[in-house]
This record gives sequence, C-alpha cells and structure tokens, in this order.
Amino acid sequence: MPIESVNDFVIRFANVNGSGSASANLLFARSVMRMGVPIAPRNIFPSNIQGLPTWYEVRVTEAGHLGARGGLDMMVAMNPQTWDKDIASIDPGGYLFYDSSRPIPPSKFRDDIVVLGMPLTDIVNRTYTDPRQRQLFKNIIYVGALAALLDIAIEEVEKLIGEQFKGKDKLIAPNLKALHIGYDYARDHFACPIGLRVRRADKIGDRIFVEGNAAAGLGAVYGGATVCAWYPITPSTSLAEAFETYCKRLRVDPETAEKRYAIVQAEDELASIGMVVGAAWNGARAFTATSGPGISLMQEFLGLAYFAEIPAVLFDVQRGGPSTGMPTRTQQSDLLIAAYAAHGDTKHVLLFPRDPGEAFEFGALSFDLADRLQTPIFVMLDLDIGMNQHLCPPFQWDDARALDRGKVMTYEELESGRDFGRYLDVDGDGIPFRTYPGTHPTRGSFFTRGSTRDRYARYTEEGAPYVDNMERLLRKFDTAKTLVPPAILARAAKPTRLGVIHYGSTGPSMDEALQILSARGVHVDALRVRGFPFGPEVTDFIAGHDLVFVVEQNRDAQMRTLLMVECGIDPAQLVPVLHFDGTPITARFIAKAIAEKATSIRPPQQREVLS
Amino acid sequence: MTYLAKPKFRHPDIEINELGFSHRDYEGSISTLCAGCGHDSISSAIMRACFELSLPPHRIAKLSGIGCSSKTPTYFLGQSHGFNSVHGRMPSVLTGANLANRELIYLGVSGDGDSASIGFGQFAHAIRRAVNMLYIVENNGVYGLTKGQFSATSDKGSKSKKGIDNPDSPIDLVSIAMQLGATFVARSFSGDKDQLVPLIKAGLEHQGAAFIDVISPCIAFNNHQGSTKSFDYVRAHNAELNTLDFITSQAPIGVDYPEGAAQDVRLHDGSTIRLRKLSADYDVHDRGAAMDHIYRLGRSGEIATGLIFIDDEPSDMHARLGTAKKPLNALADRDIVPGSAALAKINAGLR
Ligand SMILES: Cc1ncc(C[n+]2csc(CCOP(=O)(O)OP(=O)(O)O)c2C)c(N)n1
Ligand code: SF4
Ligand SMILES: [Mg+2]
Repeated sequence: MPIESVNDFVIRFANVNGSGSASANLLFARSVMRMGVPIAPRNIFPSNIQGLPTWYEVRVTEAGHLGARGGLDMMVAMNPQTWDKDIASIDPGGYLFYDSSRPIPPSKFRDDIVVLGMPLTDIVNRTYTDPRQRQLFKNIIYVGALAALLDIAIEEVEKLIGEQFKGKDKLIAPNLKALHIGYDYARDHFACPIGLRVRRADKIGDRIFVEGNAAAGLGAVYGGATVCAWYPITPSTSLAEAFETYCKRLRVDPETAEKRYAIVQAEDELASIGMVVGAAWNGARAFTATSGPGISLMQEFLGLAYFAEIPAVLFDVQRGGPSTGMPTRTQQSDLLIAAYAAHGDTKHVLLFPRDPGEAFEFGALSFDLADRLQTPIFVMLDLDIGMNQHLCPPFQWDDARALDRGKVMTYEELESGRDFGRYLDVDGDGIPFRTYPGTHPTRGSFFTRGSTRDRYARYTEEGAPYVDNMERLLRKFDTAKTLVPPAILARAAKPTRLGVIHYGSTGPSMDEALQILSARGVHVDALRVRGFPFGPEVTDFIAGHDLVFVVEQNRDAQMRTLLMVECGIDPAQLVPVLHFDGTPITARFIAKAIAEKATSIRPPQQREVLS
Repeated sequence: MTYLAKPKFRHPDIEINELGFSHRDYEGSISTLCAGCGHDSISSAIMRACFELSLPPHRIAKLSGIGCSSKTPTYFLGQSHGFNSVHGRMPSVLTGANLANRELIYLGVSGDGDSASIGFGQFAHAIRRAVNMLYIVENNGVYGLTKGQFSATSDKGSKSKKGIDNPDSPIDLVSIAMQLGATFVARSFSGDKDQLVPLIKAGLEHQGAAFIDVISPCIAFNNHQGSTKSFDYVRAHNAELNTLDFITSQAPIGVDYPEGAAQDVRLHDGSTIRLRKLSADYDVHDRGAAMDHIYRLGRSGEIATGLIFIDDEPSDMHARLGTAKKPLNALADRDIVPGSAALAKINAGLR
C-alpha cells in the first residue's frame, strides 16, 4: 500500500555535488514552510567539492518534531551513481521520483514502492541549449513537479522565486517558466497529488530558519567579540565566515569605513588560540572557531589560559572523530578533550547549545563568562546544529544588557591605592582582579606566565603557593557552576523513577522520543544539561531517580563519564544510550533503546551521590 | 625565595630622561641567568634604549616564549606588563595583543630555539603579517635552558661542547625575515652595546615588523673553541655594515662624516638614524641587494651586523585590516553591540 500521510513525511534528494541542486532544494524546503508547515532539513554531504554524491533531506512535520526522524517516504533520485543505495533506502510503500530520460532496467526498481519517472534530461535538452542552464533548470523543473505531486500551492513557490531574484529581475521569468514546465508535466502525467501531501497550516509562527554557525557568529557580534582568529576546518568554517558577514554589516563605521573588529586567518590552530589568548590578555573579547582536530592542537595554550587565567572563547563545532574521522558527519565526541584540555590538573567550562537559538544566546553569553571567570569557555556545537538550517524562536536582545567585563581594576582604583594582587582571591569566589596592560604608570603591572607564582604574580617554585593557587582555581570552578546556564527539567506526565539526561543537538529528538515513550506507557523525566561544571540541579536529578539514561552522540559515553567523575555517581545508575554513526540521533533510536533498557536493567540497590 | 626584588635608591646626580625617569625606572628584577650570559647584555641594551627614547615603561608590552632568552623580560622594564607564553608561540600571542590594542609598544623577545625550531612557523607568519613590533631573537646557537643541544641556527660544522659537529644547515633568521617582508631588519652582537642600543631604538620606533637577530653567546654551553657563536668567534668574524647614531628630532648631534660615508634615514616621528657606512656600496633600502650581500658574507664565514634593511614607508597589520584607530579593547558597548532593532531586522531576513 502506498504511504498516505499529510504534513508528516520525509523526502530526500540525492544529487551530484556542485550541480546547483542546493538552492533548488532549499526552494522546495522553504515553500513547505510558506505553507505554514514546519520542516527539519539536513544536509548529508561528503568531504569533496565537486562531482560526488550529496543528499538533502527534508522532514515535513506539522507536529514540529525538528530532530531527524529516520526512514524515508520519498526519494528524488537525481544521482545515477548512488541509485542502488537510494532505492534501497525507501520505506515500503514509499515513492521514487527519478529522471526517466535514459532507460533503466526493471531489475533496478522495487515493486513495493510507487515509481514516478519524468524525462527531465530530455525536457531540458529540448528546451535549453546552454549546458549550464540545462543543469540549473532541471533542478527547478523537479521542484515544480514536486509542488504538483505533494499539493504545494504553486503561488508560494512563485513568490519565493520572486523574492530570491529580487534585484536580478531578469532571472525571475525563466525560473518561473522552468517551475511551470515541471508543475504542468506532473499534473498531466501523474495522479496529483500523491499520498504524501502538504496541507496549509499555521505552525511556523514568528520562528526563524537559520544555521547554527550563522547564529553563533552573530552571537559573537552581540557578545562584543572584536578579535577572531581561526583556521579553516569543516564544520566550523561557516561560523567565522558568518561573524565576518555580520561584522561587515554591523561593525563598520559608516563614515570612516573603519572596522570595529579584526579577523585573522591564522596559519594553524596553535596560532589561532595564541592570538585569542594574546588579545584577551590585552582586554579585547576574542574567539576562535574550530573542530576536534583544532582542539587537539590547542591543548598547550588551553593549559596556559587556564593557569594564567586568561579569557578565551572557543566554538567547537564537533564532527566525527578520532583523527580526521568523519569530517562531514556529526558527533558529540569532544566533551572530554574539551573539559580536561591540556596537561596537568585542568578543568574547563563548557556550554551545550541545543539549536541555533541557543547558539546565539550562549555565543553572546560565553564572552561574559570568559571575562567574568577569566578562563577559556567552550561552546560545544556540532555539525548538525552548525551546518543545517533549523527553525527556532527569533533571536532576542535586551538593550539594557551591558557586557560584563568581569573584575578589571581601573586606573582610578589603582591610583586610590587599592591593593592589586593578580592571583589574590579578594571576594572568596576564587576570581582575582586583573589589569589591562598599560593602565597605570607605576601600579598594576604584572608578569603573566604559565609557571607557578604567588598571589602577587611573583615567580616561585615553592609548594605552598602552588597548592594555594590550584585550590583557588577549584573554588573558581565552583563559582562557574552558578554562572553557566542551568539544566532544564521536563517532567513526565506521571511520577517515575526513570530519568534521562541529554544535551546539545539531541534535544529535539529527545523531546519527540519522550512523547513516543509516554504514548507507550514508559514515563521518563528528562534533564537537558546546558553547561559544565554541573550545577546542583544535575546531582539532585540523578539522586531523585533510580536509573538515569544518558543519551549522547559518541561511542564512549563522555557525558556519563563527566557525571560519574565530577559528581561521584555510581556507574550502575547511569545507563548509556549511544548513537555514533555520524548521522544525527533520531527519536526512534532513543525511544527504542530506552524502552528496551527500561525493562531489562535493574537499578542499583545502593546509591551514593556527591554534589 | 626564587624572586628577587631590586633595592631602590637613587643617586642625587643620576641621569634623568625627558619623562624625569632614571635608568632605575626601566629595570626589572635581578637576573638569574649565568653570570656573563650574552642575554643579560641585551636586557641592558633594551633598558638603555627605552630610557634614551623616554618611553613610558607601562606603555610597553613585553612578550616572550620559553628559554633562557625568553626569561629575560622579567629582568627589564618592571613597570611593563609581561607575558611569558609557551615555547615558540610568542608571535601569535603578540599578534593577538597587538590586535586588541594598537597603541602600546610591542617588544617580543625570543631565542633561536624558540623562533627557529618550535616556533619557526609563528615567527614567519608574524613577520609576513607585518605586526607592528620589535622582535628580538637572542641567538646563541643552542638551547641554553635545556642544557646545550644544537639549535636550528647553529652553523654547519660548528662544534658542540661535547665535541660533536653539527651536520645540518643553519637557518638564518635575518634572511628569512627579509624574504618575508620585514620592513626593518638588523643583526647585532650582545657584546657591542654601541651598535645594539641605537638599533633597538630604531626598531622600537619602526611602525611595522622590525626584527633584530642578536648573536648572544651562551657562556655555559656554546662559548668554546670550535663554536661559531662564541664571543671570540663573533668578534673575529664581525663584518659591520654600518654604525648608527640615533638622532631624535629634539637633540640633533653634530658629528660630521665625509661626503658619501653617511646616510640619514628619517623615521616617522621626525627622528633620524644616521648610518656611517663601513661598506661603501651597501644600500639599506635595497632589499634584493641586501639579501645578496648577507648571503655572500655568510658563505665566506663572516657575520654581517648593523642595519641590514629598512623600508621608510612600512605598513602594518592594522592598516592592512582596516581596523579602527581606537584600540579594539577600548570600544564601548554601543560601538560593538548592535542592539535589538538591528536584530529584529536580521530575524526578519531569516523567515
Ligand atoms: C613544548 C615544549 N617543549 C620543550 C620545552 C623545553 N624547552 C624549554 S626552553 C627550550 C629551548 C630554548 O632554546 P632557545 O629558545 O634557544 O633559548 P635559550 O635558552 O638558548 O636562550 C626547550 C626545548 C618546552 N618548554 N616546551
Ligand atoms: S645557559 Fe647559556 S643561555 Fe642560559 S643563562 Fe646560562 S649562559 Fe645564558
Ligand atoms: Mg638559544
């Protein structure tokens, strides 16, 4: 039986990289949104520039489930190279739309799917002479055909084309023509609409549609970052680029053309973090954007920044590791290397945004935290958040909010004779005062170094001042618990002894999984962790449940390790649910794993929780 | 106690500069280097140069990597902020610091291991980015701090203290700096204060990437017979290209040189370096010829010292980036936070 579903299906486009399909696919996605129906699109692309397969998947979801769903209802197969795999990926009863210009042997099809062939190449060859036009309009033609097949109002697509080519108006008519060639062909040759349909709804509201990297780059602008030093690496590159784009728009003096920012493409990640450290030491807000391999290279500097107490912001857009790993796939596998970066006893502050909305919010917040805590702050994005567009609430900014520069002793304070000890804990929160270089002619200068020193920054190799300093750093880390965004609790419909902890891009799939589970009578309280070090709400949550699942996108249960080590949790109480094949985690996966484990695992008899 | 403060008292007729500071105001804590180490002489030359230029010490930022040489910023300019970073990475830290505040004077101090081995890449990139700084390498041909291993500037055939000949080709940082576009390049010798002090002054005044390679013998590990970085060897092979007088606009000096033997180089602040040419046909403005000259001298075992190259119209990183005149670290919130109205527009564009 062909699948019948309105406003709830998954369609995937299989394309050849560099064929101009990306903008056509986005046009399709946006037209669904213009119908008032939420979507969750995802790029699946290999680490190549041209001529290799790439996929774009759109989940159409009136219910607003923005995680990846898994499964496939319709395939738009435009890449002969991946044909077999693409056909195999369609769910039984699903639909195949393909270019039927060249005959394909019947054995290459399946008989449990609906096959919709359209001679796209023949049509473009008849209609256009320029090869590039043939390629580009072939894409627009299939968007037109899909509008007919899926019952998308063609006016919405037309409007989008008009908006897209505003200013290049002579491109509008040919695009509309191509759109209608596809639309009319489908209406004439197929029974339109098919079982998958888009019906007008009003479920988008004022939400925006944006990539996490763009949001984080914008967050850095709002957070007051003025120095960005970076080295290109997928999937973080577009973050630094977005920062530059927004700076050009928002930070260039209209009269003098002076830039109120500086961006340096460094020679490597060691230099990137070195520049960030130098700039932040000198009182500017500075950041780098990188991924796992970059974090690996930055270790020595991160130890220096931790120990010498220099603010720094790092956006780690995580990808599949170790080594070069899966450079274009998503994972949450840098937690441990970030949390304990560098040799010696170190701990770092991590933030876990869930989507572009939080990427913006935490992106801006991270600079306040870095200055307040005088330490590196990691914003732990991943490829799924960073390189895909997500629907999320509009960005917000309170104009009354001032940047928190932390404890910086001014000229006036120094002049008044106030005691300055660079590593002196004056307030009991473990955070000392600093001075910017050049503040006062005779007071407030100090020597910054990665070797041991006393409270007044004087070099010493004595044990007691070293221990004193290391213990203060721990007090400072305790203070961080009160400053990072607190974990968010979602209570199950019924009281339960089962809990689940998740973080970052798992959020949307987790929310959906909780609904699936609760419909099956499995009730689970959920806690979404948003920062490290963990606040008391995290330990309280674990203490309040017999079994706590820890859902993450890595092999080694890195969040679970952090929880065990930092909160002293009995390992038996924390049950790992792990997804790490490089694809985004799905609700189906989580719900299945939790449903199985909930019945098979017995909670430990005795628990001990240290806060 | 591993930290030694210097006692402070001032002799009544001690020399005072324009700021009313004496030499003591440019000192740091007492050096813990080996007695006679060339690096200490360079520290003295730095203090002297800053004193003579009447630079306010707190407006200088001194940055270094790791090594005996990199320790020295503790021993001069006690009122300056200092930063002992990590081994070989001073250039990136200095670059970042300079990005944050273009108004301070940046002095980078490094060693030959720090800059020619572990930090070779960062050295190169800071130079090619035209960071406005004076970058001094205290070059002893060995790793002093780790006790005497060859460094990458050690000459081929130079003998280690243990009697081993260095088999590898040396890196000449001067040649590299020239090739990468440094706009002020000099070489000097820690034992020649008369040459070194004016060079440091001119380098500090230079508004671009200034580099000085200072041969600075290591008493403990590289001052023996057979070493090409020993005091005796350097004295015997020093090929001075020129001697310098640094003339501030306020205090012209009256020394006259015969026609053709002197060349005046004007600096942006109105001061002048007067070069007394020792090598008649040498032109400090000709990058290509200078590279050729030092290459040939080097091949013949001579060490070219003095001002090697200067570009009178240097550009710097900020000019290239187009950054605001006001230091980035001094911009107010309203200058850098666009506010909610701008954000509403951005939101509208994302629907
Ligand atoms: C990452 C790292 N590797 C090795 C060292 C050990 N180390 C300290 S100083 C030094 C060499 C310094 O040589 P140079 O820069 O020539 O300074 P010098 O002591 O000769 O003045 C080395 C290898 C270190 N500090 N950090
Ligand atoms: S070991 Fe060599 S470089 Fe280091 S302080 Fe002693 S003499 Fe100087
Ligand atoms: Mg050395």
